[in-house]
Amino acid sequence: MTGSLAHATFARRHLLTCDELTAQEINALLDLADKAAENNRQINKKRDVLRGRTLINLFFEASTRTQSSFELAGKRLGADVMNMNVSGSSMQKGETLIDTAMTLNAMRPDILVVRHHAAGAVELLAQKVDCSVINAGDGAHQHPTQALLDALTIRRAKGRVAGLTVCVCGDIMHSRVARSNINVLNTLGARVRVIAPSTLLPTSIDRMGVEVFTDMTAGLEGADIIMMLRLQRERMQGSYVPSTREYFHFFGLDYEKLARAKPDALIMHPGPMNRGVEIASTIADHSRSVIREQVEMGVAVRMAVLEALARQLPNH
Amino acid sequence: MRRNGNAGDGATAFLNARIIDPASGRDQPGGLLVKHGVIADVGDHLRRNAPENTKVIDCKGHVLCPGLVDMQVFTGEPGLEHRETLKTASHAAAAGGVTTIVVMPDTEPVIDQVALVDFIQRRARDNAIVNVHVMAAMTRGLKGQEMTEIGLLQRAGAVAFTNGKSSIANTRVMRNVLLYAKDFGALIVHHTEDPYLTEGAVMNAGEVATRLGLPGVNKAAETIVLERDVRLVEMTGGRYHAAQLSCADSLAVIRSARARKLPVTCGVSINHLTLNENDIGPYRTFFRLKPPLRSEEDRVAMVRGLAGGEIDVVVSSHDPQDADTKRHPFAEAADGAIGLETLLAAALRLYHNGEIGLMPLLRAMTSNPAQLLGLSSGRIAKGAPADLILVDLGQPWVVDKAEIRARSKNSPFDESKMQGRVLLTMVAGKAVYQYAGAERG
Repeated sequence: MTGSLAHATFARRHLLTCDELTAQEINALLDLADKAAENNRQINKKRDVLRGRTLINLFFEASTRTQSSFELAGKRLGADVMNMNVSGSSMQKGETLIDTAMTLNAMRPDILVVRHHAAGAVELLAQKVDCSVINAGDGAHQHPTQALLDALTIRRAKGRVAGLTVCVCGDIMHSRVARSNINVLNTLGARVRVIAPSTLLPTSIDRMGVEVFTDMTAGLEGADIIMMLRLQRERMQGSYVPSTREYFHFFGLDYEKLARAKPDALIMHPGPMNRGVEIASTIADHSRSVIREQVEMGVAVRMAVLEALARQLPNH
Repeated sequence: MRRNGNAGDGATAFLNARIIDPASGRDQPGGLLVKHGVIADVGDHLRRNAPENTKVIDCKGHVLCPGLVDMQVFTGEPGLEHRETLKTASHAAAAGGVTTIVVMPDTEPVIDQVALVDFIQRRARDNAIVNVHVMAAMTRGLKGQEMTEIGLLQRAGAVAFTNGKSSIANTRVMRNVLLYAKDFGALIVHHTEDPYLTEGAVMNAGEVATRLGLPGVNKAAETIVLERDVRLVEMTGGRYHAAQLSCADSLAVIRSARARKLPVTCGVSINHLTLNENDIGPYRTFFRLKPPLRSEEDRVAMVRGLAGGEIDVVVSSHDPQDADTKRHPFAEAADGAIGLETLLAAALRLYHNGEIGLMPLLRAMTSNPAQLLGLSSGRIAKGAPADLILVDLGQPWVVDKAEIRARSKNSPFDESKMQGRVLLTMVAGKAVYQYAGAERG
């Protein structure tokens, strides 16, 4: 049974970061997610793994796709799901994150899914509550389920992750998606490259086990996977790059640059996309683009994570 | 400001001590006699015998040395008394063997006027149990724009001038402050961190920051300001002290300034001598400091700089912060750590590890800062104030939050094992702290 396999190899209480996950743990989650993906294509998608459990989506930062993906994942597994968007409420009343955590903890949820704009915030919160906590993105630190869904998408399309050359392109400095993916892909044996202008590369990024390129044409040479990152609007106008136009010229994915990658290279993007900034609009809809599969695998991976964590909950 | 403790009038004799005076380099067995709040006599002839009618303290061979002079202490008085008052800071100081504290002007309101210097001195006289001196703001409101009344503030008792936790970005203002202060022989103490490069940064740039996803600042932000300041000192001749340096490159700048005989000195915080960026671990906010903790190589360079005499002063940079400012995600928490009670013990770690000798270590916490600030304390000599500490170098203990006297408990050394502690602290001849376990030992 796949479930018991996950039970045997993923025995954590929280999912906070990718940098300590073993290949065995990741593969166990991906196997479980494969089953969930199959389940999600059935007419009857409802299961009862989380029946009676309460899942709270606690989002300190606005999110459409991650929050709805977790909500759907929780509901398909039978949990009661509550969404809390805290960005505008108690935080503005001066309540500290820890006080908010204590308040929620008193409501006795089983699983908390948390997104916060500050790195380390989710870990801090996890120390103060009794339930399982899933990091749904903390600042520029980690976004574990995104990296897992990306790995799942790659594994399903290519049959493996090990040995593939994966290029992560764009705003590496501010990206939790990049950091999580670097961890997971390295652990699974891929060769990871990062491609960005120097202003968007964090110091010593090479120490995380990646090859660094500031020339996208050179960086994409022979790539199996091209993973584009979103460039936030406030960083486009002169602070980190001079203009949208110049950024697209040197770091946007167009057909000319795409031609440097392998003919069967996959194109990925965690969304939401800026068409014409980091990716040409027609490439986003290209036959090799797996951007929509990523969204589908997002729900499956989140179901797998919820199921694996639920097995660690007391009284199970 | 001298305290006039009545209890100090009775004579006290310290017998059987290991007397260390960093000012003269003396490290000898002997005894010491305190009368009317000052050191009346010192020497080998007092080792075993005390004059009549004196209170006798048998030092049992432990170290008797000048009380520490800490020239960078933040309190919350006035304005943020829930974090620390002059009284609580002074009790923390006494327990740590610090007999003189220099309080920083980063308060609410900022200490930038004569009346506020006077306020601090009065409050300290009434409530504090150690000597308290004021370092006044050198620009109004610490805004880095308009110069304060440096002459009048000095006359009121300010021992030095600073822009607190921020660097003056405007080079012209910095030049004028140095130039004007020179006429009064006033010491300018400057925090060196480029405000534009440090904007938004919460720790040292490097692998650790990148992995944690935290915005980091390159250590060059410190050296850039220091290099500019040294040029300005060369231009103006003003007395300049870099408040707390944190990296090897800055020491190279200091060396070059010294080689040119410029009036430049520098300090380092105890945190940057004993901790590094890896201590931040899983986002521990008590290790969020300004300047940030650097790499281990930089820490080692700072210790070497201290041993070699390039660094003149060690400060605690005692900076009380409470849950309101520290119980946050790392990037949103305040900078600062308390340090008065652990200053000496943490410094002794370096001595016990063989990283530095006792004499240069103590000198940087006693005679050097006293001399820079023009204080008569920080030394053992006839006629000097009887600001003394008795230290058991070997005594092991564990830092316990519950026993910390400072009002805020943000110590990076909480639960740390220490070796060496203060048995007795005397200010102007009056015992202001006595270790409860001293008699047992």
